[in-house]
Amino acid sequence: MISLRELSTFMFLRFFSLQWKSFRRSAAFSSGVITGVFYVFGGLYFAAIFTILGFGSYFILDDDMGVEPLSFINKHLIYAASFWIVWRFFVQKMPVLNIQSFLILPVKINAVVHYALGRTVFSFFNIGNAFFFIPFSIVLVKNGYPLAQVLSWHLAILAIVYCTNYLNILINDRNDVFYTIATTLVLFALFQRYAIFDITLYTGPVFDMFYSDPIYALIPWLCLGLIYRFTFMHFKNRMYLDAGLQPIKKEAQELRLNWLNRFGRTSIFIKNDIKLILRNKRSKTTLLVSLFFLFYGFFFFIDSSSGMYEAPVWKIFAGIFISGGFLFTFGQYVPSWDSAYYPLMMSQNIVYREYLNAKWSMVTIATIVSAVLASFYIFFGWETYAAVVIGAIYNIGVNGHLVLLSGAYIKTPIDLTSTKKPFGDKQAFNAKSLLLTLPKLVLPMVLYFVGSFFGGPWGGYLTVGFVGIMGYFLKDKVFDKIEQVYKSEKYKTLNAYKQTK
Amino acid sequence: MIRIEQLTKRYGDTTVLDIPALEIPEGQIFGLVGNNGAGKTTLFSLFLDLIQATEGTVTINGIEVHRSEEWKAKTAAFLDDSFLIGYLTPEEYFYFIGELRGVSKPQVDELMDSFSDFFNDEILNQKKYIRDLSKGNQKKVGVVATFIGDPELLILDEPFANLDPTTQIRLKELLVEKGKDIQKTILISSHDIQHVTEVCERIAVLEKGTIVQDHKTSAKTQKELEAFFSNQT
Repeated sequence: MISLRELSTFMFLRFFSLQWKSFRRSAAFSSGVITGVFYVFGGLYFAAIFTILGFGSYFILDDDMGVEPLSFINKHLIYAASFWIVWRFFVQKMPVLNIQSFLILPVKINAVVHYALGRTVFSFFNIGNAFFFIPFSIVLVKNGYPLAQVLSWHLAILAIVYCTNYLNILINDRNDVFYTIATTLVLFALFQRYAIFDITLYTGPVFDMFYSDPIYALIPWLCLGLIYRFTFMHFKNRMYLDAGLQPIKKEAQELRLNWLNRFGRTSIFIKNDIKLILRNKRSKTTLLVSLFFLFYGFFFFIDSSSGMYEAPVWKIFAGIFISGGFLFTFGQYVPSWDSAYYPLMMSQNIVYREYLNAKWSMVTIATIVSAVLASFYIFFGWETYAAVVIGAIYNIGVNGHLVLLSGAYIKTPIDLTSTKKPFGDKQAFNAKSLLLTLPKLVLPMVLYFVGSFFGGPWGGYLTVGFVGIMGYFLKDKVFDKIEQVYKSEKYKTLNAYKQTK
Repeated sequence: MIRIEQLTKRYGDTTVLDIPALEIPEGQIFGLVGNNGAGKTTLFSLFLDLIQATEGTVTINGIEVHRSEEWKAKTAAFLDDSFLIGYLTPEEYFYFIGELRGVSKPQVDELMDSFSDFFNDEILNQKKYIRDLSKGNQKKVGVVATFIGDPELLILDEPFANLDPTTQIRLKELLVEKGKDIQKTILISSHDIQHVTEVCERIAVLEKGTIVQDHKTSAKTQKELEAFFSNQT
C-alpha cells in the first residue's frame, strides 16, 4: 500500500507524461514539424540576442553612454517588470489542466494545483530572462562589483520575474485589472517622456537597495511567496466543477441586424459574424486589439528623433498596419472562428464562394472604417494620411485575398469562450501562413521603392495603390484559386477542428 | 436516393468501414444500429462529405457528394453539437438555417409554433444562447433545425440520446409522421434497438465497419436484433 504522498509524487510525473501526450498527439503538432523547427530556432535566436545584450550592455552603458550601468538598469526595471506582465498576458500560455478527471482520483488536490503552477517555472518567459541577467551579473562582478551584492541583486530580480509570472496567472481572466496596469504603464512612460513626472526617480532607488543592502533582497522573495500562496489558493478554491469552471450565464442580448438584409445572401454570414464578434470573449479582445492598430502610426510619425522612420517607405508600412488592424487580427484566423461548427457550415446549403465572400466583405468594410477613423492623421500632413489611404487600398485589393488564402492552412480551432491569445496563439503559428506575411508587408514596400525610383514619393504611392486596385479587379480570378485551396484542405481542416485543446 | 459503391475508409492499416454496395430508396426510414466503433458516425460523415473515402463513392440523387455541392440544398443533418452555433439563441439559429434554405422568418416562426409541445417551453423566448442550454435541449434545437426548408434527406445521428422519456416518445411520433411522406428519406442511427424498430422501415446492423444484417422491419425484428447483440462478445 503506497501512501498518499508517494502517490502524489508519482502523479506529478504522470501529469507530465499526460501533458506531453496531449501536445504530441494534437493535429497542429503533427501537421507542423516545420513549426517546431521554427520554435527551436526562434528560442535559440532570442537566447543568443539576450546573452549578447547581457554581456554587451555593461560596456555600451558605461563606455558609450557614460552612465553607471547598474543604476541605469535599475532605473528602468520598473518598465521591464510592467512590460513582463503585459507581454505575458498576451503571449504566455496558461497552465491549463483538465481537472475534471483528477478530482475523483486519489490525488491530493494540492498536488494537482502545485503541479499546474510549478510547470510554469520552466516557461521560456522566465528562463529567457536568465540569458540576459546572468551574463550581465558576470560582467558586473568582473568589473569589480562585489560578488555578494551582485548576487543578492540578481536573486531579487529573479524573484521579481517569478512574481510577474504568478501575477499574470492570477490576473489572467481579469481584463479590467490588466488594462489598468497597461494604461498606468503607458501613462507613466508618457509622463516621463514629456518630463511631467518621472516615476523612475522613486522606483530606481528601490532596485538599488537590493544591491546596496542585501537584506532587502528578501522582500521580493517574500512577495513571491505571498503571490504564489495567493495564486495557489485562488486555484484551489476553483477546483470544484461548479466554481471556477462554470461560467456565469448571461442573458442573451437581442441584436436586430435586418438592415443588413439588403446585401443579399452575403448578409446572412455577415450578421452571424457580427454576433460572433460581439458575443464571444476571444473575438471581443480581437476587436479591441484592432482598434489599437489605429494608433500604430504614432510610433512612426511622432518619434522622429531617431530619423529611422522618416523615409516615406515606412509610411506605407505604417499605413498598411493602421488600416489593416481588423484584417490582421480577425481575417488572419478565418475560418478558425467557425471551427466549433465547421461541420455544419460544410454540410449546410452553403457554397464556399459565398462563405469566403462574406468574410472578405467583413474585412473590407472594417478596412474602410479604419481608414476613415484614421483621418486624424491628416494633422501629420496630407502625405501621411495619403499613406493610410494607399495602405487601405492595398489591404483591400491584395491583403484581403492573402489573409483568406493563408487561413486555408490554419488548422487550429479557436475556443471562442476563452479570452486568451488574441495574438501569439502558439499552434496558429504556421510556416505557410508565415510565408504569406511577406507579400502582405514586404511587397508593398518593395513596390513603393520601385515606384519612387521613377517618380519620387508620389510615384511610390501610386504604384502601391495601382497594384491594390488591380488586385481588386482580379478578385474573381483569385477567389477561384482560393476556393480550390479551401476545398482541397477541407477534410484536413475538419479533422483538425474536431480536436479541442 | 442514396447509393453506395465499393465504399471503404481506412486509417493506415485499419479498415473502419467497408461497404461494397448499399442502396436506400427514396421515402425510406432507414435505421442503423451497431455497437460503439462499428462505424455509424463514419458512414454518416461520408454521406455528408465530411471525411474523405479511401475508395468508392456515395451518390445522393445521382450526385457524387465529393464532386459537387448540389446535394446540400436538399439534405439536412444533425450529427453532434458541432452542428450548432453556440453564441446564437435558438431563434436566431433557426432563422439562420432558414435564410440558408430560403425560408422566410414568418415561415420559420410558423414551423416553430408547431413544435411548441416538443420544445416544452424550454427553447423559445428563453433569452439564452444555445451554448447555455442543457445537452437535451441542444439536441432538440439541432434536430428541429433539420426540418426547416423541408429537406428530402434527413440524417440524424443518435437523435434519441440525451432526451428525456417524454421527448423521446414525441420525437418517435414526429419521425414516423415525417416518414409517411413518400418523398422523404430519413436516416437514423441509434444504440437503442427498441427505438429504431419502432421508427424505421428497414434496419441495417453495422459491425466492425461492414453491414452484417439488413432487415425489413417486422414483428420479429426486435427479437432477432436482441439475439444478435446478446451473442456478441
